[in-house]
Amino acid sequence: MTAIFEKIAFYWTYPFVRYALIVGVLIALCSSLLGVTLVLKRFSFIGDGLSHVAFGAMAIAAVLGLTDDMPLTLGVTVVCAVLLLRTGQNTKIKGDAAVAMISVGALAIGYLLMNLFSTSSNLSGDVCSTLFGSTSILTLSKSEVWLCAGLSVVVVAVFLLYYNKIFAVTFDEDFAKAAGTKADLYNLLIAVIIAVVIVLAMNLVGSLLISALVIFPALSAMRLFQNFRSVTVCSAVLSVSCAALGILIAILAGTPVGSTIVAVDILAFLICSTIGRARGGGTG
Amino acid sequence: MAQLTCQNLCVGYDGKSVLQDLNFEVFAGDYLCIVGENGSGKSTLIKTILGLQPPISGRILTGDGLRKNEIGYLPQQTVVQKDFPASVREIVLSGCQGHCGSRPFYSKEEKKLAADAMEKMQITPLAKRCYRTLSGGQQQRVLLSRALCATQKMLLLDEPVSGLDPKVTAEMYALIQKLNYEDGITVVMISHDLSAALQYASHILHIGDRVFFGTKAAYLNEFPQAWQKGGGA
Repeated sequence: MTAIFEKIAFYWTYPFVRYALIVGVLIALCSSLLGVTLVLKRFSFIGDGLSHVAFGAMAIAAVLGLTDDMPLTLGVTVVCAVLLLRTGQNTKIKGDAAVAMISVGALAIGYLLMNLFSTSSNLSGDVCSTLFGSTSILTLSKSEVWLCAGLSVVVVAVFLLYYNKIFAVTFDEDFAKAAGTKADLYNLLIAVIIAVVIVLAMNLVGSLLISALVIFPALSAMRLFQNFRSVTVCSAVLSVSCAALGILIAILAGTPVGSTIVAVDILAFLICSTIGRARGGGTG
Repeated sequence: MAQLTCQNLCVGYDGKSVLQDLNFEVFAGDYLCIVGENGSGKSTLIKTILGLQPPISGRILTGDGLRKNEIGYLPQQTVVQKDFPASVREIVLSGCQGHCGSRPFYSKEEKKLAADAMEKMQITPLAKRCYRTLSGGQQQRVLLSRALCATQKMLLLDEPVSGLDPKVTAEMYALIQKLNYEDGITVVMISHDLSAALQYASHILHIGDRVFFGTKAAYLNEFPQAWQKGGGA
């Protein structure tokens, strides 16, 4: 046991390990806060869809030869998030179908573009690292850490300030609208935030596994708690601890960061459902 | 002046109208039942009155001190709510959202309002319980408390007793009647149950092939067979 702590202490002296932990924890926190709302609104898969959109946008940025793909990726993802959340209301293509359509569409176009125009010698390596999370979480620069920290603070602040409104809109959109809450505005807000979180999270777990960060902590928390506030807090705590644990394990065992975090999340979910079932409460 | 006035109102979806040329007025303290077959456009009408969808033509006016966002709405349950992890208190409190404007948190008065509404609906002991574990009747009381937080003046109820057993249905009707009598809250209710509508309502709006609006007595004159048909409509 002491050997493990010594090893952690040894790695801790490297800034890249600290950066990875900070960014990982922040992203996990942001995604779990929104996860509760998205799962309850039946939008669990939107994280997946949007991350594929982000993948497509990154491919376009690469083809265009942009050195900084962040603005384009973020822009495209935000637009798609707004379009997708909008489809919830009375449109011809229903929510889940729209997500599936945009998701696979963006994935296919992204890969196609990369294949046709890429100058990279190791195309499949590039694609694989975008999809499953690269080692780039371990090569973050100081400015990227600051950017991530800044955006996380904004996300958390917005969430706290609009917590009551997000609850009202999630629980009953029609009632909230009838009572004069600008439900459309808050739906838009949720869409923009989720897009930001996803673009941030791509570094961490890659675009295929982002959904896991969004839904697992929320689902685990719902097994244990019966009110919205406890579920949100529990989801945040679970997500942060799973991410920290996952990153540490990944560094110690040399496993891929993204999949290790998700594996820890799955484990946490199984434990929570067992506890939930033993107590006889918690469904959904 | 009437609290709610509909003039030549035409409602529907995607430019296709379901109901044309509706004219009616609701005054403070009225108890209006909207009856009609499935698909006749009752829910569409309610949603239009609440401003959730635009009318195709015509006007909806509010008056007598009633503002548009002061109508308390009791919607039909959605799938999302069936397994929503929220406590009764959280849900009732969310009814105060309309007063909040852009203020992020609830004030003391709003928390008191929520507590009073729960007391009135006799669900105070359930405050910390989870909504999804309650019975159908209890859930309706929670939603009714939430609607009371949003309004002191007018309640719009969309089939408040659907899916409830006869005993709970009777309790629910008694509760609504009490709000109408004692607190003077105007009630507009969509109902399937014609016999209950005739028992409690002061006015009837019948929509469908034949549109009728008037007092209960006038309705019974116009449709004498309604009494015999009872709950069948």
